[in-house]
Amino acid sequence: MSRRLRVNPIACEAHGMCAELLPERITLDEWGYPILSEQPLEGAELQNALRAVQACPTFALILERDAGRRRD
Amino acid sequence: MSASPASLSSAPAAVTAPAGLPRLLASVLPDRAMTLAEHTGLHGGLPALAQPRGRGGRATALIEELERSGLRGHGGAGFPTWMKLRAVADARRRALVVVNAVEAEPASLKDRTLTELLPQLVLDGAILAAGAIGADEVIVCVSAAAPESVNSLRAAIAEREGAPGPEGAGSPPRLRLEQMPDHYVAGEESAVVSRLNDGPARPTFRPPMPFERGVGRRPTLVNNAETLAHVALIARHGAGWFRELGPAGHPGSALVTLAGPVADPGVYEIAHGASLSSLIAAGGGTTEPLRAALIGGYAGSWIAAERLHAVALSDEHLAAHGASLGAGVVALLSEQACPVAETARVARWMADQSAGQCGPCVHGLGSLATTLEELSGGVGRGGGALPRLERLAGVVAGRGACGHPDGAVNLIVSALRCFASDFADHARHGRCERCLRESELPLPVRRPQASTTWGPGR
Amino acid sequence: MSAAPLASAGPSVYWYLTRSTGAVALLLLTLAVALGVIEVQRWSTPRWPRFVVDSLHRSVSLLAMAFLAVHILTSVLDSFAPIALADAFIPFAGAYRPFWLGLGAVSFDLLLAVTVTSLLRRRLGFTGWRTIHWLTYASWPIALVHGLGTGSDVKSAWLLWLSIACAALVVAAVAARALIGWRGSGGRRGAALGAAAAFSLFLVLWLPGGPLGREWPRRSGTPASLLTGHPSASSTAAER
Repeated sequence: MSRRLRVNPIACEAHGMCAELLPERITLDEWGYPILSEQPLEGAELQNALRAVQACPTFALILERDAGRRRD
Repeated sequence: MSASPASLSSAPAAVTAPAGLPRLLASVLPDRAMTLAEHTGLHGGLPALAQPRGRGGRATALIEELERSGLRGHGGAGFPTWMKLRAVADARRRALVVVNAVEAEPASLKDRTLTELLPQLVLDGAILAAGAIGADEVIVCVSAAAPESVNSLRAAIAEREGAPGPEGAGSPPRLRLEQMPDHYVAGEESAVVSRLNDGPARPTFRPPMPFERGVGRRPTLVNNAETLAHVALIARHGAGWFRELGPAGHPGSALVTLAGPVADPGVYEIAHGASLSSLIAAGGGTTEPLRAALIGGYAGSWIAAERLHAVALSDEHLAAHGASLGAGVVALLSEQACPVAETARVARWMADQSAGQCGPCVHGLGSLATTLEELSGGVGRGGGALPRLERLAGVVAGRGACGHPDGAVNLIVSALRCFASDFADHARHGRCERCLRESELPLPVRRPQASTTWGPGR
Repeated sequence: MSAAPLASAGPSVYWYLTRSTGAVALLLLTLAVALGVIEVQRWSTPRWPRFVVDSLHRSVSLLAMAFLAVHILTSVLDSFAPIALADAFIPFAGAYRPFWLGLGAVSFDLLLAVTVTSLLRRRLGFTGWRTIHWLTYASWPIALVHGLGTGSDVKSAWLLWLSIACAALVVAAVAARALIGWRGSGGRRGAALGAAAAFSLFLVLWLPGGPLGREWPRRSGTPASLLTGHPSASSTAAER
């Protein structure tokens, strides 16, 4: 089952640990906030993604089932 | 259609459906709200909610009628109304209805018009929607900065005290009025729900969506006031009648606010697909040559004057111009205004209106506004300004918890396209002599008698 | 092995363990506080990215708790001083230097709360977790004073200098946090700097006349039967 990373922008305080742990999927903008790549995660990346989710100090990083939400 | 007041009878009087326009604004009085008696005389009493019954005795036939009608939300997002009702009706817990009459869009006056002059029409729609989804409460939310609306709604709710609900829906829902603080994002759906949950009137992260878990953790239907006014008429006259106006892809009528250099700015009811020229004509014609029109509000898009004669006001037609009807605002800009300066001022206003919760919105909108101000204020060269605007726009959109930054970016990007030559000139030569003119677009600093707090929490 | 032969043979292995693990726990807690401040100030280098500082902070804290567990168990097992297991959790009710030992219990209780809430962070939510986490700023000075008040090695140079070094590091960390962090909150900064200054002053004024002064074991509440001059005391007990 493929999963997707998502960040809660309200909880995010730009600590940047996620980008350190998953640089292939997460980069930081000029203010230190994460830019996530849209593609779903597979296999080996999932482990590192989980680590990144656990490392986030404010629980802003979330792993979701890839259901293609639309913003309402 | 005469508006002779009739006494309240328990059986709804059958009335003929209005042909053509006006629909919502039929027999509207210029200086006071229509009373419940006058409203009933004009439109008839609450129609019975027909079978079949949905789960928990909910009379969901109205939802099917709304689906056939193709009614979409009039709050800006244009979401199919029947889908919202269906989602809430399907939920397990008892639902409630929130009427969003906050109308924080500065140039928009349509919801204010409805709540001041036609509150019973809005309440009708809310009560019918409540019956269809099995809700026991209706909360009408209005801006604290609109005292006439507050008073009008309060009186309208008092008139309904003890009045029976629609046949087929059990007892009528409780009605209550709540005031929202005077901020742009305080009218956003999740911000309203947050405030009603005794929190601050700031947007929240989703999931959960309000229709899943909203006020008091109950499934909540949040609808724009105008949308519910349309529901009130569709429930009486049917989907077929609703579709008599407007194109098949965007049926019905809508209220639009016409602003700018016209003889009679204000709120007009149009059929979807009406030409912009006919709207301007209805508004008494332009008083000055036009430069462009801003369609939809401050999250909307610009269309240059040369193309305005071909513009029709429906989403499917406007899409070809990169625009949508949104909150129904048509703000005209005269040739005297500097579009770069106007855009810069709106961008700064939008940046100031950020709830301040999300880094990309706070920093991004601020940087966009500063860069635009350099173009319209500086006397030096703004060489890197245009690429910086494009880059920032790409980085900011979609990265906030609500649609506020997306709206601001949409406006700015549309300005960059529509006024490309003005922007290029400003980048080369700095500000023009029209940059310092007073703003044509409304930028309220302080709405009178407004609450300036967000509510508890911050 | 019975207690009495141990007492006459010299200090037991538990006695050495409890003192040494106590000192190591103090050192580890000091490092944990310093790492916590480094983390919240967001200092990092390419060699020391933030997730490393975060991991270190968590590991050092858990290690400190492990040493604390040994410290408590060995102090109970040691037959010299009458310390019960309950004294580690319920402060000021013990027989041996009740006040100064009790401070250890207070500090330990606070650290237990911090540890449990940290392990259950996700359930608690960020704000709730952070509020409890601030208790570490209280737990640390209490632990230090506990060590200086109960420890019998205070007069020996190694423990005294270790304590002073740890205190200096924590005061520096708190000062850095107060001066550089907390944008805008002047009241909080002032309170933190004031507390750090007051604590330093307290140590300077208290130590000479207190643990470093005369007859501290008697004045701090060591049971009379364990002091020199009491008929049942052995000569080696007096030195403890």
